[in-house]
Amino acid sequence: MDNTSRRTLLKAGGATLGAGAFARSIAPITEWTADLSVDAFLQRHYKELTRDEMDVVLRRLEAETVEEYGVSVSIDDPRPTPGVSFGYALNLSICIGCRKCAEACHVENNHDRATHNSYIRVLEMKKGTVDLELGRVDYDHPVPDPDHFYMPVQCHHCDNAPCIKVCPVEATWQEADGIVVVDYNWCIGCRYCEAACPYHARRFNWAKPVVPPEEINPDQAYLSNRVRPQGVMEKCTFCLHRTRNGRLPACLEACPTGARVFGDLNDPDSEIRWVLANKRVFVLKEDLGTRPRFFYYFDG
Amino acid sequence: MGEPMSLDSNPSPSETAGDPIRSYPRFLWHSFGVATDGSLMFYAWMTALTALILVGVNAFAHQTVSGLALTAMTDHVSWGMYIGNFTFAVGLAAGAVMMVIPAYLYDDHDMHDVVIIGEILAIAAIVVALGFVMADLGRIDHAWHMFPIIGRFNWPVSMLTWDVVVLSGYLGINLHVVGYLLYTRYRGARPDPRWYVPFVLLSIIWAVSIHTVTAFLYSGLGGRPFWNSAVLAPRFIASAFVTGPAFIVLALQVVRRFTSFHVGDGPIFTLIGVLRVTVLLNLFLVGAEVFTELYTGGSHTASARYLYFGLHGHDALVPWIWSAITLNVVAAVLFLTSSRRTQLWRIDAACAFTLAGIWIEKGIGLIVPAFVPSTLHEIVEYLPNELEWRVSVGVWALGLLIFTLGLKLAIAVFSGQMAVVKEA
Repeated sequence: MDNTSRRTLLKAGGATLGAGAFARSIAPITEWTADLSVDAFLQRHYKELTRDEMDVVLRRLEAETVEEYGVSVSIDDPRPTPGVSFGYALNLSICIGCRKCAEACHVENNHDRATHNSYIRVLEMKKGTVDLELGRVDYDHPVPDPDHFYMPVQCHHCDNAPCIKVCPVEATWQEADGIVVVDYNWCIGCRYCEAACPYHARRFNWAKPVVPPEEINPDQAYLSNRVRPQGVMEKCTFCLHRTRNGRLPACLEACPTGARVFGDLNDPDSEIRWVLANKRVFVLKEDLGTRPRFFYYFDG
Repeated sequence: MGEPMSLDSNPSPSETAGDPIRSYPRFLWHSFGVATDGSLMFYAWMTALTALILVGVNAFAHQTVSGLALTAMTDHVSWGMYIGNFTFAVGLAAGAVMMVIPAYLYDDHDMHDVVIIGEILAIAAIVVALGFVMADLGRIDHAWHMFPIIGRFNWPVSMLTWDVVVLSGYLGINLHVVGYLLYTRYRGARPDPRWYVPFVLLSIIWAVSIHTVTAFLYSGLGGRPFWNSAVLAPRFIASAFVTGPAFIVLALQVVRRFTSFHVGDGPIFTLIGVLRVTVLLNLFLVGAEVFTELYTGGSHTASARYLYFGLHGHDALVPWIWSAITLNVVAAVLFLTSSRRTQLWRIDAACAFTLAGIWIEKGIGLIVPAFVPSTLHEIVEYLPNELEWRVSVGVWALGLLIFTLGLKLAIAVFSGQMAVVKEA
């Protein structure tokens, strides 16, 4: 055998080995892509889907939930009511820091059980200051503590939202009623919005959320609490599957002290309008110019 | 550009070398041959790089299936090792232009002979940068949503879309210049300046743009005071003009030692001259930033205090950043006190030190502190875990592989070893 052909043979052997090693190393992905449906892969952006196309998507997602969790759920796509503009206010004078709102959010929105995820973080703040640096979320003692007050923080649904601006694919936007939503099937998972949000309001699905089938809330919407896919962003949606159907957010219903006020900012007779007109109201990090729809206020 | 073409008077070599379209497949075939043929050391090097790439591919495959939960990132520190390396790689790509400027703007003939090495570095570094972006995506299967027309491209509002435009543009420009120069040389023709000089000049401006846009990606975020600084873009450019030349100074010496390609002292000395300025400029800008942060105080500077001194007992990054500062200061001293002629090894050490220093400063040292403390002032620390290291090593190995193949091809073409018609 001459030198050239031996070299060629060695090269071919090397190439075969290399190809084999590549196939082995990539094997987990090939198994994973086998589970991906073509329809899901090719699905268009939320705003580009007609009502009929959306119906097909919703039925597909429902079927997937049955397949994956063995539960039948109803996934709807309620749209904003024309003329309605939602706002939320929270009374810092009477919030006792019990975290019932965070818990209600956890259950209502089909959050991952292991990480005990919730769209609400409750800060325990020193009386005499609203400096966030002096607050803490990991307090672990009976509440309310007399030396502290409590400040729950969730998505502020800003009218000038940094998270919306930075999204490279328009996977997140503000709806006509002011709610900032995410199309979970369009998000690429770059987490630029999570870096941009000044309120730590966004969450990423670092893994597929795990919810026991019997605990899944079957009352779901496409843009809100359906069980999220892995690798995409999620956030508070003012429980749009409830609020667009005339109900109140889960966190508000759970609040034992009535610290939360939710309503239509366009309705002059609404309770939230009364709060904004008569209470000492402020928004968080007003200097950033984000123009939140979430207000804090004090009594008296 | 302005050079008159001689097509009418006497036939240019490009006409004698055969049909440029028809000989292209042969060029590709020859390239494939050159890329897969070499000395024992070449095989060993390529095999090692391939093995590392596969380690990275495998780690990435697991990450794609099980989610980014396999990394050390959290909702508190949602960007880490990958985005840090991405930023550094963009700088390396932009810094490669420091060979193009002397070669084309100052007509430095020595530099002209080796400038293609800088352009190949730019290509490899952009591939690395894009590789790290891909590694960081939660849904790689949704990546097509980012393509203009078929997806929804949030341009011009999102700085990330600007980054996609400038990075792919820079990749395209450099691929064109390198491809054109190599192919015409391969055909034995003289490159037509009209087909590459405008692109080279464009690449100079473009190099500045890729790193400016990458800085704007961060500095545009009002909610992250650590990044929300006008000096970020100048700092990025300054450090890019350190890492690019430092890498090339080392690469040129490797080429000189291990290949037949002629590399004179001229280009190396020119780049060292550049480094002596930029290494100081970089330190100055870092100093300006550190002063403003630490002298002002207040909660907006908590990230800087965390980075340099630790905050409330949390100090995971303190040893990293002080290593970086030490490396950069020592490198600056070495650059300024060593003779280019007799103490090149000290300069080489300085290049290695400053590459490591800036890799820390602009990688983890730039990305992670912006998230610590979080926007609600919680402190959750981050250091990359083993999986992130494996993916990162794989991406860098891919970059080195592309750089090696580019160099090998360029050397084969420039030395006449690879030509459309082999000289007898």
